[in-house]
Amino acid sequence: MRKLLWGCVALLAAFAVGGIALHRGETINAMWIVVAAVCIYALGYRFYSAWIAARVLTIDATRATPAVRLNNGRDFVPTHRWIVFGHHFAAIAGPGPLIGPTLAAQFGYLPGTLWILVGAVLGGCVQDMTVLFLSTRRDGRSLGQMARDELGPIGGYAAIVGTLVIMIILIAVLGLVVVNAMKHSPWATATVFATIPIAILIGLYLRNIRPGRVLEGSLIGLALLLLAVIGGGAINDHETLRVWFDWSGEPLAWFVIGYGFVAAVLPVWLLLAPRDYLSTFLKLGTVFLLAIAVVIMRPDIKMPAVTQFIDGTGPIFGGSLFPFVFITIACGAISGFHALVASGTTPKLIENERDVRLVGYGSMMLESSVAIMAMIAATLLDPGVYFAINSAPGVVGATAEAAVKTISSWGFPVTVEQMDQLARDMGETTLFARTGGAPSLAVGMASIFSSAFGSGMLAVWYHFAIMFEAVFILTTLDAGTRVGRFMLQDALGHVWKPLGQTSWYPSVLISSALIVAGWGYFLYIGVVDPNGGINILWPLFGIANQLLAGIALCIATGILVKQGKLRFAWVTGLPLVWIAIVTTTATWEKLVSDDPRVGFLAAAKQLAAQLAAGTLPEAQAAVAPQLIFNQRLDAVLAVVLTAILWIVIADTARVSWRVIRGLPVLPSSEAPAVRIAAQAR
Amino acid sequence: MKERSFKALGATLWRALRALTQEDAYERYLRHHFSAHAGTAPLTRREFYLREQERKWSGISRCC
Repeated sequence: MRKLLWGCVALLAAFAVGGIALHRGETINAMWIVVAAVCIYALGYRFYSAWIAARVLTIDATRATPAVRLNNGRDFVPTHRWIVFGHHFAAIAGPGPLIGPTLAAQFGYLPGTLWILVGAVLGGCVQDMTVLFLSTRRDGRSLGQMARDELGPIGGYAAIVGTLVIMIILIAVLGLVVVNAMKHSPWATATVFATIPIAILIGLYLRNIRPGRVLEGSLIGLALLLLAVIGGGAINDHETLRVWFDWSGEPLAWFVIGYGFVAAVLPVWLLLAPRDYLSTFLKLGTVFLLAIAVVIMRPDIKMPAVTQFIDGTGPIFGGSLFPFVFITIACGAISGFHALVASGTTPKLIENERDVRLVGYGSMMLESSVAIMAMIAATLLDPGVYFAINSAPGVVGATAEAAVKTISSWGFPVTVEQMDQLARDMGETTLFARTGGAPSLAVGMASIFSSAFGSGMLAVWYHFAIMFEAVFILTTLDAGTRVGRFMLQDALGHVWKPLGQTSWYPSVLISSALIVAGWGYFLYIGVVDPNGGINILWPLFGIANQLLAGIALCIATGILVKQGKLRFAWVTGLPLVWIAIVTTTATWEKLVSDDPRVGFLAAAKQLAAQLAAGTLPEAQAAVAPQLIFNQRLDAVLAVVLTAILWIVIADTARVSWRVIRGLPVLPSSEAPAVRIAAQAR
Repeated sequence: MKERSFKALGATLWRALRALTQEDAYERYLRHHFSAHAGTAPLTRREFYLREQERKWSGISRCC
């Protein structure tokens, strides 16, 4: 009976995937994608993850987890598996899976969707579950520590450098997304600004008025945030007030940079912690609401399955389908960053090794389904509208008329009137060239929400979605700067002892300033770049994130080999090979491509030639030297990242080779087994 | 009978919500404290909250 049921699920999956792959009509219903996704996740979880748990990792329900052995009532606490699942999902889900698919939709709905599904089931979920398991067996040690313990110092240093670089690029690109969403939008700017005092208010409430009453504090905060969305609308309608919040990109970038610095040196209880509670609530609530709305509304996907931009001429970012779809969608398919969360915090909560499957594999499946929803939200827009929102003026032309003409000539008809009407509906002055993914996602979410839960509220839903993304992003920005600061302080402590003291204020200020300067630089360049900055920064972020995934998979593969499980090493080895191929090809193209929209060096050369010939408009000529330097810096950065990956791969190969030849290697760092009685479930 | 099972379900959901939001962290700490370190004074609710926030945010606890 069971077998029959799963047979039906498999058939349904094949039918739905076949349907979305072979469909060649004007539109296709989003339910095809939803059904395909649900069936594939179910099969992956039921069979692949169970097999990995039983045969590859050999999960042992009678072995006490660190939470049980080291229970201290604080970070080591045995916790029910669904609660750990919730915590872990809240920790791994950020703005990444919302933005990547939105950008990758330029290739059509099919390539991104298939990569999200296959990448997650065979790559991302496997990585998360394996790293979670390995860290649980090692008392919750971090990825960097595991690399050092199991492979040697090279792997350890590579993991630390990789983490620092990815953090800086990530914060810069997310900062750019927020800036682009607030640019000349008084409503969005006012709402996002309002989230800061609201978070501080809740911080004070949770510290002074009702210490630690997180639930009620968050509910009050949520109510205030919703008021802020509506209040932003009132400001937008007010003639003098709206001018105060109508800013261009550059001052907003400076604001985000200044905010990042202040937030990172303030005590955590004041701003970071309360905002994180709010963003977690918003995140879970919105994801849940979006899933319901998609099922109620069952929207039609208007984007073609595959667009002509697979040849590399895409307006949102340059580069062909292979390898760039795999770089653009990292979170949602496979994200190395998850390995940092899966090692450290979560393993200390795991009650029984059996829970690793639900928490590791299951949370990533849910994150992947968020990416699928983002893909649906992006592709249900008229393709012409989608491209008009997401294309930078440097690509499609600076005026509305020029942009409409260029985009219509690609076969995606759109008119100025249509865009103006849409902007009015959303409470914005314009939606042209709102790059970064957030505005187009917000338009998509607003249309889903308003048609599922009553129309007429488009503008409110739009700004709710923008606020939702901004709250996430500001949390990542603040938490990321703080983590970067700790890592930097750790390194600086080797140079001069006092700098290593995490609570010594001069050291806090210096190291925070250095980290903020790092991402602030990339953010600023991204804002002044007429090609929109996303075109440069997002692929770089993708490469950095995949690099981290590569390192995590190397550690996992190395440990499997050391445990004498060479014949199962392909479970993490194959995703590793794919990640290595994809990042290396992408870096190569970013380096040597003659197309200035793809190659960093080609772009630098083109710009230098234009500057020398004096053909650039004055405003662009002023920033051209910075842009040229930045393109060259990006080229160096991409090479360094890929080199780090290959060094770790070589190190893993060295360790594996020694194991196979029977030569001595570092001993296993697994904590000794302590037996408990296995409980039936 | 039916009413009781509804109540039980409600209580379970409430407990889950409190655990998910970590609203119950202090009670959990107290339970642990009294069983493992009986005889010593536990942290106050506020001290515990502030210390936990500091710990939580000194590592990587949020992702992209």
